[in-house]
Amino acid sequence: MSRYLDSIIAGFGGQGVMLIGNLLAYAGMQEGLNVTYIPVYGPEMRGGTANCTVVLAEEEIGSPIIRRPTSLIIMNRPSLDKFQTRLQDGGINIINSSLVDMELADTKRVNCYAVPANEIADKLGNTRMANMVALGAFIEATKIMPLDAVVNSLDNVISAHYSHLIPKNAEALQAGADHIK
Amino acid sequence: MSEMNEKLVFDRPKAVIDRPTHYCPGCHHGVAHRLVGELLEELGVFEDTILVSSIGCSVFLYNYLNVDAVEAPHGRAPAVATGVKAARKDNFVFAYQGDGDLASIGMAEILHAANRGEKISVVFVNNTVYGMTGGQMAPTTLIGQRTTTCPSGRCLEHEGAPIRMTEIIAGLGGTAFAARGSLDNVKNIRQAKKYMRKAFECQTQNKGFGFVELLSACPTNWKMTPVQANERIQTEMIPYFPLGVYKDTDEGGAC
Amino acid sequence: MSKTVRIFVKGNEAVSRGALAAKCRCFFGYPITPQNEIPEFMSSEMPKAGGEFVQAESEVAAANMLLGAGACGVRAMTSSSSPGVSLKQEAISYMAGSEIPAVIVNMNRGGPGLGDIGPAQGDYYQSTRGGGHGDYRLLVLAPSTGQEAYDMTIQAFDLAFKYRNPVMVLGDAILGQMKEPITPWIPENIESEGGEDWRLDGANGREKRLIKSLFLEEGALAGQNQKLQAKYDAMKEMADAELFDTEDAELVVCAYGSIGRIAKSAVRKLRKEGKKVGLFRPKTLYPFPEKPLLKLAKEGKRFLTVEHNLGQMVDDVRLAIRTVADSDFFPIYPGNLPTPDDFEEPILKSLEGK
Repeated sequence: MSRYLDSIIAGFGGQGVMLIGNLLAYAGMQEGLNVTYIPVYGPEMRGGTANCTVVLAEEEIGSPIIRRPTSLIIMNRPSLDKFQTRLQDGGINIINSSLVDMELADTKRVNCYAVPANEIADKLGNTRMANMVALGAFIEATKIMPLDAVVNSLDNVISAHYSHLIPKNAEALQAGADHIK
Repeated sequence: MSEMNEKLVFDRPKAVIDRPTHYCPGCHHGVAHRLVGELLEELGVFEDTILVSSIGCSVFLYNYLNVDAVEAPHGRAPAVATGVKAARKDNFVFAYQGDGDLASIGMAEILHAANRGEKISVVFVNNTVYGMTGGQMAPTTLIGQRTTTCPSGRCLEHEGAPIRMTEIIAGLGGTAFAARGSLDNVKNIRQAKKYMRKAFECQTQNKGFGFVELLSACPTNWKMTPVQANERIQTEMIPYFPLGVYKDTDEGGAC
Repeated sequence: MSKTVRIFVKGNEAVSRGALAAKCRCFFGYPITPQNEIPEFMSSEMPKAGGEFVQAESEVAAANMLLGAGACGVRAMTSSSSPGVSLKQEAISYMAGSEIPAVIVNMNRGGPGLGDIGPAQGDYYQSTRGGGHGDYRLLVLAPSTGQEAYDMTIQAFDLAFKYRNPVMVLGDAILGQMKEPITPWIPENIESEGGEDWRLDGANGREKRLIKSLFLEEGALAGQNQKLQAKYDAMKEMADAELFDTEDAELVVCAYGSIGRIAKSAVRKLRKEGKKVGLFRPKTLYPFPEKPLLKLAKEGKRFLTVEHNLGQMVDDVRLAIRTVADSDFFPIYPGNLPTPDDFEEPILKSLEGK
C-alpha cells in the first residue's frame, strides 16, 4: 500500500506546534510526497490553544482536514482531551508526558508513546525545543520518512534570525527518536 | 469694416470641444471647464491627460474636453485617479468633483488620496447644493440656506456646520498645494486660474497632491437669476469660505 | 533528469505569485482575515516587479483604484474576504458596466455579517449573480488546491482581457490558509498591458477615449446590455469542471473549491468500499459547466450537492439537469469545519435514494 499518514499536532500557543507541523509537511514535500498543512488558531493571536493538521501521501490529497486522524502529537493535557478519542484504532499517539499524565493515555485502543519532551529538551539546554523532541519521536514511531529528511528541512522552516539554533534542534529531533527506539 | 481688419483675440482652447454645454444659464461649470482646458494646453499636458469624472452635473465634463476619460462611481474619483496614476505614472491625471461627491460620499477617498500625496490634481466645484438631483442639501450648504431636503433652512443643531474642505485638505501631510478661488467675477476667475495652475504644477513637477476649490453659482437650485447668484457668492459664500492659498509647500506652508 | 521545483506555500501566497507570474502590475489591498498574506506579499514583491502596491483606505477605495488601473489596460488586482468583497461591489458593477478587465480575489469566510474568520461558501450567489446593482456577470474561477490557486490566477488575467470583464477568483479560508506544494511556472507571450484599442493612455493625436457605464441616449443602455449579454453567452465556451469516478457512478456528488476536495476524499473512501459514487467539481462557477452535468443526468445518474452554505450552487445544479433529474442537498453550516466523514452518511443516503 502506498504511503499515507495524517496527523493532528496540538498544544498551547507558543509550544511550536505550527512550526513542527510546517517542518513535517516541508520534509514530506522534499521526500517527494504530496503534503498539506492547515493551521487552526483560536481567535487570540498569542497564548491560546493551537493545532494543525498535516497530511502526507503518495497519491493526490483530497481533504486537508481530518476528523479521525491516524496519528497525533499531543503537547498538553487539553489537546489529549480533545483529540485522543478521535484517533483511529491502532493509531500512533505521541504524548508529551512532561505535561500529560500517562494514566490518561488510551493504551488499549491506540499505540501510545510517552515522551517526556520538556525534560529531554531541558537536558539539551532549552525547554522550547520540546516540540522537536516530540517530532523526532513521531518520525521514529511512524517511520513515515527518514529522520534525516526532517533534519535537512530545518533551515527552510526556521527563520534566518534563529539559524544558529538549527544544530540544537537537530539534536532534539534525534533525542526524541532515540527515546522510543 | 472689412474682413481683412478682423483680428482673432479670443479662441477656444484645443482641449475644449466646440459644442454647447448642457449646463443651466449662469452655471459656473462652463467657466471652470474652460479654465481646465486652457491650463491643460498651457502646461503642455493636454495630449497626455486622463480625466476622472465624478457623479453630479459635471459627469459630462468628458463630453466637453478632448481628453481620455474614465467615469468614477459617486465620490470615488480620487481613488479611481489613484489607480489611474498607479498604472500611468507619466500621464497627467486629474479629477473634477462637486461638493456632494467630494465632501459627503467621497470624504474618505479625497482625504486619503491627499494624505498619501498622490501625484494627482483635484478641482473641487463648490456650489453648496446637489445640483443634478434637484437641489438637495450638501455638506457645504450654508446655515439658513433652504434646499429641498432642508426646506426651513440648514440648521446647525440638526445638520451640522458646512464643511470647509480646503482648510481640511491643507492640513494633510501629502498635500502640496490647496487653495480656494471663486468664479463670480473676472478678477476672481483670473485668480482662480492661477491657483489651478499651481495645483496642476504640483503634479507636473512631482511635488504632491494639488487641490483647488472653486466657489460656484447654481442659480437654478438657488432659485436666483445669474446676477443674484453671483452676488450671493460675494455676500454669503466668501465670508464663510474665505478665498486664498491654504497650503503651498513652495511657500513653506499655509497662508 | 530535471526535477520539478516545488515550493511550499499558503494558498494566499500561491494566488499572489500567480498574479505576479501573470504580470499583474498594480495591486490594491486592505487588511481582512483570512486573506492578509496577499497584500502582505504584494507590498514587498510588487515593487520588486516594477509594479505599484497601494494599501487603500477601505475596500471601497481599493476596488475603485482597481477600476482606474483597469481602465488603463494594465493588469491589476485586488483581494479581500467576504465583508470586504461586499464593499467592493459598487466598483465591480461599474467595471462590468464599463467593460474594464480586472481580477478580484475573495477568500470566502463565514457570514452573514461579521460571521467568523473560518471557511465558508456563502458568497456563491454574490459571486455568480453579479453581486452589485444592475444585470451583469463576473467570470468566477473556483480553485481547490494551491496549484489551482496559482494557475487560475494566471488564467483570470487572460480571461479578464479576453472578455474585457472583471474576473473573480473565489477561494475560502481553507484555501487561503492551507500550505501545499505548488510548482510555479511563468506563462509565455503575455504583457503587463492589453487593450491597445480601448485603454486610456492619453490621446496623443488619436481620438480621445471614454470608459463609462452611463448610457442616457435613447436605446444606448439597451444596446449596452445586449452587448454584455452576447459576451456572457460567448463565455459559456470556457465552462470547466473536474469529473472524478463519474463514469459508472450511480450517484454524483457536486461540490466546488475546498469542499470539492474534501468530498473527493469521501468519494474515494466509499469507492474502496465498492459504492458507485463519483464527484463533479465545477472549476468555473460562472459560466456554470451545465453541459457535462446534463450529460451525466441523461445517463440516469442521481445527484447530491454539498456546499459550505445553506444551498446556493445547488440552484445551478438543478437548473442544469432540470429536464431529466434533480439534486439532493447537504449543507455544512458556516462556522463548522467540514471533514470527509461528514459527507459519508449523506452520500450513502442519497445513493440509496432515501
